[in-house]
Formats: sequence, structure tokens, C-alpha cells
Amino acid sequence: MTQEADIATELYTILKSVPDPEIPVLSIIDLGVVRSATVLPNQVAKVEITPTYSGCPAMDVIGDDIKTELAKHGYKPEVKLILSPAWTTDWMTDEGKKALKDYGIAPPMDATSDKDALLGNKRVIPCPQCESKNTRLVSQFASTACKAMFKCEDCEETFDYFKCLI
Amino acid sequence: MTNENLIQYIYGIADNSLILGQRISELCGHGPTLETDIAMTNMALDLLGQTRSYYQYVAELSPKDITEDDVAFLRTEREYKNVLLVEQPNTDFAYVIVRQYFFDVFHFMLLKELENSKNVNFQAIAKKSLKEVSYHKRFSGDWLKRLGDGTEESKQKAQQAIDDLWVYTDELFHMTDNDKAVSKAGYGVDTTNLKDSYYAAITSLLKEATLDIPDTKYFQKGGKNGIHTEHMGFILSDMQYMQRTYPGMKW
Ligand SMILES: [Zn+2]
Repeated sequence: MTQEADIATELYTILKSVPDPEIPVLSIIDLGVVRSATVLPNQVAKVEITPTYSGCPAMDVIGDDIKTELAKHGYKPEVKLILSPAWTTDWMTDEGKKALKDYGIAPPMDATSDKDALLGNKRVIPCPQCESKNTRLVSQFASTACKAMFKCEDCEETFDYFKCLI
Repeated sequence: MTNENLIQYIYGIADNSLILGQRISELCGHGPTLETDIAMTNMALDLLGQTRSYYQYVAELSPKDITEDDVAFLRTEREYKNVLLVEQPNTDFAYVIVRQYFFDVFHFMLLKELENSKNVNFQAIAKKSLKEVSYHKRFSGDWLKRLGDGTEESKQKAQQAIDDLWVYTDELFHMTDNDKAVSKAGYGVDTTNLKDSYYAAITSLLKEATLDIPDTKYFQKGGKNGIHTEHMGFILSDMQYMQRTYPGMKW
């Protein structure tokens, strides 16, 4: 099964303009939840999306937003939720990671650093405010299931870290 | 193997997630600290999300014209096939953590096997859920160590919860006739094979947490056959009230 999203060129810009409802600086394309987008006869646009987490309450909203945006551009939208292959933070684009950091959320690190940080073994997650790695885990779960909460011991800010999921 | 066999098998797995998800969502706004409150609520959301995937599949398999909501909200008590462990009440935080840990270790092992099912829907749901459940297991395991190796009071409460909930652990490995049929067909999991590694994992963590393994040989079961404890009726009436009062609501 391919891991690369298969998105038709004419739909790319439209989908790119749909934001994640919980982290609005992040486009659903940059989040990596759009797995395929195809134009079929009669202007039907078929889009497959996959959830970040099983219970992610944003998925229904994302589906509706995609439909609205595609309809605005004259397409007849069809949105399908697929579970396989399961979403991974590897599908988040570099542009998406940068947008997260600028927004004050530390982007997901590689699996090894992630594990070290979440087990409290090593201080490796850079604070999105001051870049210091002198940060400690406060809670493995934060405002949403996909994030953990950290505190920077230098600038004293607490911040969300987008957990690595592979 | 018929569709009805599969549906009953799904109930045996998904109802655990539904009822435990409902149980821990009761803590929303009532957790002992903000961090644990948020963590438990996130875990409830994961479990309910997994439940939705299973129930959507049930609705597809069923010959009747039903939706995931009918499956979740409109069955009678006897038709729910969750184990007794997950319906036990949130007596105190130690109970919440011990119940969670006893379930998470099993849940993780079950999904690891279900990932290799011949059924592609089971494969997909298991793969997705495993990523979430590994976080749950780490959360409940860490807390159990903290409670056991904490103050005198936290240790005593954790031990009490273990002693009380231990009797419900054996049922996790009980195979109904339907489970046997579905596992024989290569779709389901023979949980009897998981029993030894389950108790080994629990024993090793309890040791680390300086807590004792109960030496009771008496175990209770029934939930997998639809025979529940007195707590089940209350949780169902909470859960089903809206749907029965305002039929047709969507979750
Ligand atoms: Zn800082």
C-alpha cells in the first residue's frame, strides 16, 4: 500500500485552503489527513481522508469543510473516511511542522527522541518560544489526544508538543 | 461462519471499549488533577472512536437497516457482551487506574493479534487502535507504579483496588462458543494463548510498584455471555437516556 498521498493537481490548491479546525494555522494537506483526491466524470470530486486519532472530533468538521470548499468551486464532492493505512506524523509536511512551531506548538520529533521525552528520560524537545531544550514533561495528554504538555524551565512557558505517531 | 457470528464477536470486543469509554468519561471535569482529568477524557475519546469504527462495521454486516447509533444505544442489557471488569464503578482514583491497567495490558495484546486477522476491517481498526492503546497502557502503568510506590495511603488504596478487581481478570480470557468459531476461521483471536504473558506482565509491574498479587483462586465471569453485575443497568440508563427520550439523535 502506498504511503504517498495521491492528490489531483486541480484539487490541491482548494484542499490546501481548508484548515484543521483545531489548529487553524495547519492546512489539512499539511496535516497529512487527505490521502487521495480524484476528479471523476460530471465534476465529481472524490476525497479520501483518514483520522489522526480514532476519536478525533475534528473529522466530521473536516469532511463538511471539504464539501463546502469543493462545492464553491463547482465540484460535486464525495468524502470518504478510511482507516487504512493508519495516519502517522510522518505524513505531516515540513511546511506544516514550521506552521505548528510558529503557532507555539512543538512539532513531532523522530520516534527515539519522542520516546525519551515522553518517558521523561531526556530533555530533547525544544521550546517553541525560546528554543531551549531545558524542557520537562508535564502530562502525556494535553488539550487534544494528539498532544502532550511540556514546560520550558528557561522561559517558564508551558507548551503543547505534537506527539510522534508512527 | 455467518455474519451473525462476526457481529457477536465484534460486540465482545467493541462493547469493552464502549463501556470503559463511558465509565472514564464520567471523570470529565471530576479528575483529581487537571492533567489526569484531561488524560482520562482523551482516553475515553480514543475508546469511543474505536467503538464507532467497530459499530459502523456491524451496521454494514447486519441484514437489518440499522446505524452505529442503534448498535450503541438501543440494545438491552443482555445484548451487551463486555467483560465485567470494565463496568465496575469509579470507586476512587486507585480503582480507576487499576481497572484501566488490567484492561490496557489485555487490550494491547488482543489488538496485536487482531492485526493479523484475515478480516481486513479488523486489521485496519487494530492497527489504528494500537497506536492509541500503547499510550493508555503507559499512562495507567506509570500511575499504578506511582500509587504503589507512593504514600502509605496511596499504596493501601491501590492494593485494595487490586484485591477487589482481580476476580474480574480471568474473564478476559474466557472464550465463548462464538469466539471459538470466529477464531478458528482465522478472523478472531484465541485469547487463551495470551493468558500467561498477561499475568507475567501484570506480576512484573506490580512487583515494581511494591504491590502484592492476590492469591485468590476464585474468579467471576458472565459479561461475555450478557450476564452483568448490578452496575451495568445504571451505566446503560445514563448512556441510553437521551437516545430513548429523543429517538434518532446522532452522536
Ligand atoms: Zn522557553
